[in-house]
Amino acid sequence: MKKTVITVVGKDTVGIIAKVCTYLANNKINILDISQTIVQEYFNMMMIVDMNASIKPFAQISSELSQIGEEIGVKILCQHEDIFDKMHRL
Amino acid sequence: MINIFEVNETNKMIEQENLDVRTITMGVSLLDCCDADLSACNQKIYDKITATAKDLVAVGREIELEYGIPIVNKRISVTPISLVGAAACKSPEDFVTIAKTLDDAARKVGVNFIGGYSALVSKGMTTADENLIRSVPMALSCTEYVCSSVNVGSTKCGINMDAVKLLGEIVKETAQKTKERDSLGCAKLVVFCNAPDDNPFMAGAFHGVTEADAIINVGVSGPGVVKEALSHIRGENFEVLCETVKKTAFKITRVGQLVAQEASRRLGIPFGIIDLSLAPTPAVGDSVADILTEIGLEYAGAPGTTAALALLNDQVKKGGVMASSYVGGLSGAFIPVSEDQGMIDAVTAGALSLEKLEAMTCVCSVGLDMIAIPGSTPASTISGIIADEMAIGMVNQKTTAVRVIPVIGKDVGETVEFGGLLGHAPIMPVNPFSCEAFVNRGGRIPAPIHSFKN
Repeated sequence: MKKTVITVVGKDTVGIIAKVCTYLANNKINILDISQTIVQEYFNMMMIVDMNASIKPFAQISSELSQIGEEIGVKILCQHEDIFDKMHRL
Repeated sequence: MINIFEVNETNKMIEQENLDVRTITMGVSLLDCCDADLSACNQKIYDKITATAKDLVAVGREIELEYGIPIVNKRISVTPISLVGAAACKSPEDFVTIAKTLDDAARKVGVNFIGGYSALVSKGMTTADENLIRSVPMALSCTEYVCSSVNVGSTKCGINMDAVKLLGEIVKETAQKTKERDSLGCAKLVVFCNAPDDNPFMAGAFHGVTEADAIINVGVSGPGVVKEALSHIRGENFEVLCETVKKTAFKITRVGQLVAQEASRRLGIPFGIIDLSLAPTPAVGDSVADILTEIGLEYAGAPGTTAALALLNDQVKKGGVMASSYVGGLSGAFIPVSEDQGMIDAVTAGALSLEKLEAMTCVCSVGLDMIAIPGSTPASTISGIIADEMAIGMVNQKTTAVRVIPVIGKDVGETVEFGGLLGHAPIMPVNPFSCEAFVNRGGRIPAPIHSFKN
């Protein structure tokens, strides 16, 4: 199972997690892990998700999430977990 | 499981420190395209390239999107054309038709460059080799994507001084033929000693005859990431410095390895090598010279530069080797002038001369790269510069190369603008004393004594 990492970075505001999670739920994407911090008023969240049952292809999910990010003033990235795993784990 | 800090570190490298994969280069063998009939040969070449590389650009984009890592170039390298065209081409003009075919094929599949308009003449030139070399000025002036390279020496064979003399003239002629575009043709012509068969970087990439039918080679980059890592350990000793470079190189190379494996799997073409290189671009913060200044030099070129570069080059390899299953190509730090803002600044400040650059090439990958010199420089002087650089490669058993651009109509004090990744450069002064009698001797320089290892 290939996992995907979704990162959300930007100015903190009400409902960021709700918006992203609702979108993921609507597209049958399962959240496996969430961590979140606020660094100097900047919202910083990482989710590890399983997209195997997703009703849309990766490229579309990625661009729609990026669009949602623009609407709420944060940056949302969607990347396969491998790039982080390869870089930080032997 | 991966944590938020690791994810942020990776994304910061990509977004703020210009981490990218510089190139996915597909090597394609054209040996099966040889034909005594020129038009049949051209047709076979076009068909083979467009069939083998048809998905290269699309797969590159897919990987970029899914992993969030930019892949700046998608390129093709082919078997040296002097071999492929030997049966069909009876004149330089015949070879130019193949250059145009390569250009058309590159345009069709959408790659950034195609390399391999090359000849390997370290010991002697066949008629075909000479015809190809003589066709280079015409080929580079009438094509857009084609890159050319000529290997004129090796540790095993010595230096072919006839070819060195000829290439001095060819470089000048190429400059003349592309003078409307600041002699840009010379940016696509490299003269090598000990050229590797699997180099993914342009302009010197070609698909060696020892290679399989098709192969995926990947060139990584990331000078900005190394510089940023070093900025956190200012004043620390060399042990800390070296460890930091090594760890950073490891991380950068792992990304290249991932991209190479994915590209290989998706294209159904075997993975060849990762080229562990710190390849700069003119973008601010993407500079090898900036790493040297971060190490402690006022400018690249100051006393200590050669030592700092030797250290950097070695640690990049030590960190990178463990991160990849196969390492090859040029692997090391590149020190082009026009493609590196820090190097340009060093030249402008008067800190960096051609002679210092030559010394630096003894300890890093490649050689005198993307250096603009006065258009009035005699061909014999260019041959002399090539001979010096080839001698460094031959004696030190390493790859060296020369890519100088005699900018027609421009002189020291002026600058030249190549645009894009090729950047811009101040014209550098060249030693004015003649080496004509030396270059005109003819023949070849024998292989050095330490090449006899059998």
